[in-house]
Amino acid sequence: MSFDVPDGLYYLESHEWIDPESGRVGITDFAQDELGDVVFVELPAEGDELEREGELGVIESIKAVSDLYSPVGGTVTGVNETLFDRPELVNDDPFGEGWMLELEFDEDDLDDLLDAEAYREQIG
Amino acid sequence: MSLRTPPLSDVHEDRGAKTTEFGGWEMPVEFDSIREEHEAVREEVGIFDVSHMGEIEVSGPDAAALLQGLTTNDVESLSVGRAQYSMITDEEGTILDDTVIYRLDDEEFLFIPNAGHDQEMYDRWEDHRGEWDLDCDVENRTEGWAMFAVQGPDAEDLVAEAAGEEAREVGRFALSRMAVAGADCLLARTGYTGEDGFEVLAPSDDAVAVWREFDCQPCGLGARDTLRIEAGFLLSGQDFHPEENPRNPYEARVGFAVDLDTEFVGRDALARVNDEGPEELFVGLRLLERGVPRHGYEILAPAATAASDRAGGHVDDQPIGEVTSGTMSPTLGEPIGLGYVPAEYAEAGTEVAVRIRGDAKRARIETPGFLED
Repeated sequence: MSFDVPDGLYYLESHEWIDPESGRVGITDFAQDELGDVVFVELPAEGDELEREGELGVIESIKAVSDLYSPVGGTVTGVNETLFDRPELVNDDPFGEGWMLELEFDEDDLDDLLDAEAYREQIG
Repeated sequence: MSLRTPPLSDVHEDRGAKTTEFGGWEMPVEFDSIREEHEAVREEVGIFDVSHMGEIEVSGPDAAALLQGLTTNDVESLSVGRAQYSMITDEEGTILDDTVIYRLDDEEFLFIPNAGHDQEMYDRWEDHRGEWDLDCDVENRTEGWAMFAVQGPDAEDLVAEAAGEEAREVGRFALSRMAVAGADCLLARTGYTGEDGFEVLAPSDDAVAVWREFDCQPCGLGARDTLRIEAGFLLSGQDFHPEENPRNPYEARVGFAVDLDTEFVGRDALARVNDEGPEELFVGLRLLERGVPRHGYEILAPAATAASDRAGGHVDDQPIGEVTSGTMSPTLGEPIGLGYVPAEYAEAGTEVAVRIRGDAKRARIETPGFLED
């Protein structure tokens, strides 16, 4: 099975992505497929400070509970509250409507992340 | 130790199933999506490979006597061609396993222990056969049978297509020998999802041909789990376990499968529980706040009722039990669970809480079986 891994995004080994342009963060197509039907997300509030690879929240599928990690350190500037009512958007559109947070982030942290090619190799 | 695999493991792999370990077997947990599979069973029909379930054959003049002594229900009253739900208990009345017993003939029975229990039950039956000096044979046929569950409102039509119109005549908790894809199969109308449905036992060598006769949504153990939680059915090893979560049939609300007028291992202990009433009861939980109750989460008496826990003006919620199974119900779109609480909290409508990652989330006690509202 092949998974969508958009170029231009950065990836954490634990399957979160960040868009360096918008500061949006979510989980990858591979991760949503592994999880199965997403039924619940727990996310931080606007203004919360996150550490690189620190706890970002919790995502639950019908069968499992998983922790989420922040790809970068930064401040939460936006939360996709639509996911509280429609968590299935993470399955349907993980890089689009299924985004989770917007961060004002430390750009130096991007250097430690995987680019699309490296992430493709990891999940290959 | 390597996992046991069902005869259809290659077929499942080709179909792209994700697998999981269950009771020592590697079984499909999900083919497409648990939600899709769940909905197929509630609205149309789905098929599950449940070949990890055990099959123990007991035959001979004392076959009924041996089963009568080792299970809680009245086996002697079971007619040929009928199936019976029953419990296997120890001397203390603790459930070792639950099972369905098929009476194939006057002196021929097949019972279905849960995944991974077949050897233990075979040994138990053999030991007691010797101890009680009974004239019968016990055979572990688990490797010889594949077992599929065809479940859902359209199950009868699908089974009639595969096995012939006479399949429609098989009543609830009845069984019949029938040919499917030219193979000699046993069809039993029992189930585990809250829907109408059939269990199809097929010889392992014919498993692939029989499976292919049923053109419908393949379903994994994930959907079976969400379906049976909605229906309030017990899961062996999770909602009861002889060491980790020892329960008797009355607290597990399956007292209907106990006949105290028969003699069986655990009977006297269960008669005492029946007289005194169980201290705890199996309950349904409906979460009233955002979250999902999961296996092992604490059930709490809300602070207002936990007066004994007051300390320095602070009132803590008091643990009164644990969630044994839980999920986000695909049918209801609500978080639901099952678990045990002291009998005084077990009345439907009682407000309790479930501790989820440190927070007490409000929940309401219900009678297990969430679809009967």
